[in-house]
Amino acid sequence: MSTVNFTFDGKQFSGEKGESLASALLRNGVVHFTDSSYKDRPRGVMGLWVEETNALVNVDSGAGEPLKPATTIELVEGLVVRSAQGVGDLPDTRDNSRYDKANRHVDVLVVGAGTSGLEAAKKFSDQGKSVIVMDDKPAAGGHLTHLGQPVPAELLAVLDRENVTYLPRTTVQGMYDQGYSVATERRTDHLDSNVHTEMSRIRTWHIRADHTVLATGAFQRHLVFANNDRPGIMLSHAAATYVSNGANPFKTAVVVTVDNQGYRDAIRLHKAGVKVAAVVDIRKKVSKSTKKSSRKAIEALGIRLIKGATVVDTSANLDGVLSSVSIGQAKSDLKETINADLLAISGGWTPVVHLATFIGIKPTWSEKRAAFVVKHHSQFVSTTGMLAGDFGDDDEAAAFFGPKLTTEQALVAFVDYQRDATYRDFKRAIDAGMRSIEHVKRYTAIGTAHDQGKTSGTVTMGLIGQAIGKAPDEIGSLTFRPPYISIPFAALAGRDRGLLSDPERTTPIHSWHVASGAPMEDVGQWKRPWYFPKSGETMHAAVLRECAAVREGVGVMDASTLGKIDIQGKDAGQFLDLIYTNMFSTLKVGMSRYGLMCGIDGMVFDDGVTTRISENHWLMTTTTGGAAKVLDWLEEWLQTEWPHLEVYCTSVTEQISTVAIVGPKSRELMKRLAPSLDVSNESFAFMENKHADVAGVPARIARISFSGELAYEINVPAIYGLHIWESVMSQGADLNITPYGTETMHVLRAEKGFVIVGQETDGTQTPDDLDMNWIVSKKKDDFIGKRSFSRADTAREGRHQLVGILGDDGSYVIPEGAYIVAGADANTPPPIKHIGYITSSYDSAALGRSFALALVANGLARKGEKIAIPMADRVVTGVITDSVFVDKENTRRDG
Amino acid sequence: MLHIPCPYCGPRDETEFHYGSEAHVAYPENSANLTDEEWAKFVFIRSNPKGWMAERWVHSAGCRRWFNVWRNTINHEFGPSYKPFTQQPKSPA
Repeated sequence: MSTVNFTFDGKQFSGEKGESLASALLRNGVVHFTDSSYKDRPRGVMGLWVEETNALVNVDSGAGEPLKPATTIELVEGLVVRSAQGVGDLPDTRDNSRYDKANRHVDVLVVGAGTSGLEAAKKFSDQGKSVIVMDDKPAAGGHLTHLGQPVPAELLAVLDRENVTYLPRTTVQGMYDQGYSVATERRTDHLDSNVHTEMSRIRTWHIRADHTVLATGAFQRHLVFANNDRPGIMLSHAAATYVSNGANPFKTAVVVTVDNQGYRDAIRLHKAGVKVAAVVDIRKKVSKSTKKSSRKAIEALGIRLIKGATVVDTSANLDGVLSSVSIGQAKSDLKETINADLLAISGGWTPVVHLATFIGIKPTWSEKRAAFVVKHHSQFVSTTGMLAGDFGDDDEAAAFFGPKLTTEQALVAFVDYQRDATYRDFKRAIDAGMRSIEHVKRYTAIGTAHDQGKTSGTVTMGLIGQAIGKAPDEIGSLTFRPPYISIPFAALAGRDRGLLSDPERTTPIHSWHVASGAPMEDVGQWKRPWYFPKSGETMHAAVLRECAAVREGVGVMDASTLGKIDIQGKDAGQFLDLIYTNMFSTLKVGMSRYGLMCGIDGMVFDDGVTTRISENHWLMTTTTGGAAKVLDWLEEWLQTEWPHLEVYCTSVTEQISTVAIVGPKSRELMKRLAPSLDVSNESFAFMENKHADVAGVPARIARISFSGELAYEINVPAIYGLHIWESVMSQGADLNITPYGTETMHVLRAEKGFVIVGQETDGTQTPDDLDMNWIVSKKKDDFIGKRSFSRADTAREGRHQLVGILGDDGSYVIPEGAYIVAGADANTPPPIKHIGYITSSYDSAALGRSFALALVANGLARKGEKIAIPMADRVVTGVITDSVFVDKENTRRDG
Repeated sequence: MLHIPCPYCGPRDETEFHYGSEAHVAYPENSANLTDEEWAKFVFIRSNPKGWMAERWVHSAGCRRWFNVWRNTINHEFGPSYKPFTQQPKSPA
């Protein structure tokens, strides 16, 4: 042991390296740690480990961390902490520590390195299994440390075996299906108080174990009596352990107990030099073995035993620290007051059932142990040790949770210390009719603090039982949720921070977009340029300029993100006929066709243009966000319904770059880019594809338009994408070539009434609803969705249909999502039935005003009808129109 | 996270898969001749049993193949998995 210096609340202290901060403070005589969250009551350390409810601190040194139990911090040189009055605060400096993750497949995961855990590890290791032992404490031993006993050397030796991995300071935080567990390993905080960048501070383990042994042990719990929260009142095993290790600020102790552990701790206190004034046991009668092992043992040391009684109240000195203990007989019948500066409570053991309940295993109540235990053995999980109710043969306990209290006493009898929740709060929940632990918890906030009811959970169950005359297991059972203890988010993120936090997909032209200063829009994981502002230009102005350029001159857009699926095989045409609502098998080679896909329920699911490259070779495009979903969909039908079709699908989204040049001047630009290509409308018609060299690169050019304008989409292998883009920009310079982003694309397509799947649709629109009856084949026997079109619900009157909306005030852009009501004005009294909602809404350069698309009940039959849109600050009035606003006759697409 | 036995690749983490609902619900060959009620039964109604259920999964981030597998809906235990159009193994129940 070496001596180290640390700072607590601005004061310098020294302690032994590696002991807990709580222990070091007790060693220095600090009994009063902090005050309680809500009631400012003086509080001291209660426990030994993560069950601690009072002694919380904010760590300022090293990486810094808020609200850590002082019982779990290992003392290092230079540690700086502040007591936290129930509220944590983060250091305002950036945490530069490293965090990482590890994955491990293992035959057996043993959680807990106490005797039972070590025995389980030995058993499986003997069988030749690979074993990983995770224990949240710095050293193995578990419950033996509560008893002050050494760990047998032959058990410790198991941890050194070849097929056993032992990870101390590793907390299993969550347990899930099929042996999947997540744990956090603390790797540097115990070394020193520095920030570590050379190794990870916390490593998050993802374990998949064929079998998991839960040997999680138990916490001690407190009793609920008046003034049970003063500094100097501790759980007995904690008091005995601190004092035995020389951290002893106490002179005289009273031990109050419901079980045999109180006796063992009384003996340890006595041996460490504390005068034990009395052991107060609620049990009048005990078994012969308890009489022998416990009662005789303290009598032999001259310790006074008070049977059939308990502590009913305490007093404090002027500093708020415990000065005396009042003993009674489980009622408010005060019998005797004993001066003491330590009250050690043994309220019974509470096995750590958390991990078991995470995977849905219900604890059961053991009458003998007065505890919820989990006896479980299945393929994936088994329990052992104290968790399974194995407390040692002579351990028996009374199911006693606290004496009867007067109204005044109930106000200061704490059930949950951290929440300052008293017996009075608890009783109010019972009186209001709450019976279930879940209801009482939500009514009182008991069990909702930092410690998540590790000690108060069973106490509350017991008190409900006492209050309504039922056994604790008749009340229900405890359910916990991961994580077991609080985890810094950084530990879960590991290295996936900043740029690595989420995969980003970028096109080969991305660097140009970034250099141009375009803000990016996230479309799924794709980064797409949103608009290309000139210096000082607003988004609104930029989009109007880009729209005008496309309608009057020529614009260019990076369409590389469109999903692309290569489809080959002799039955591909037949397959596409089944997938799309319209006919594809008759499409001529070299031609493209727009298609709609529906689900079996007849609702639009995706859309896109598919091209017949050669007789048995097709290229399907999907929406940018729908590519993966569509590929899964195609494979589902091919593999599970129509395996006789010879069709092969491959994603080629990332292999092809697409640059669209759009606008009346695009033909001129296309001619310059591909001098060998006849770009006249007669030899290169709408929806036709041509192969030609573009800027020296072999390309497939498609006459496809998503704006209604004359347009050419240039498709090249992805590595040439940037080259094509730059060639377009230089060759089109004198044509005032204008790059445009997703916003302008959206405006242009909306002006033409083109839908975007996911914006005009939400999975409840048929092609008919979108006014796209023309795309539903009447010739085909069947295609996916066909039968559903004649279902009563899809064929009924009054479905929401796609229409346009023009507000009376053309300078106001109606918010998307706004609800539409029929013919109402500001004076129409509520309630007013809504008839639909706005799906897309923009300001239009071509129209010189705002416009919108909407889904309106029976909308196609209501064109010309007046509508209103009630907003928070105004009522917008307008009229239902056709959904096509620009070039209804499609004259512009041929230039 | 489930550990799903792909019959092609072996057991893999759930994040590699997509769910495909109940297995052995065949697309009707004569959909035009079905009554609305019969069609609605195919589109919307699944057995949703408490206990063992044969269901479809696709190994999207792996071999991209669809397969069937027995799963217990109470405790997420997996039974045998099997390829489409092969003999269905008996329910583990």
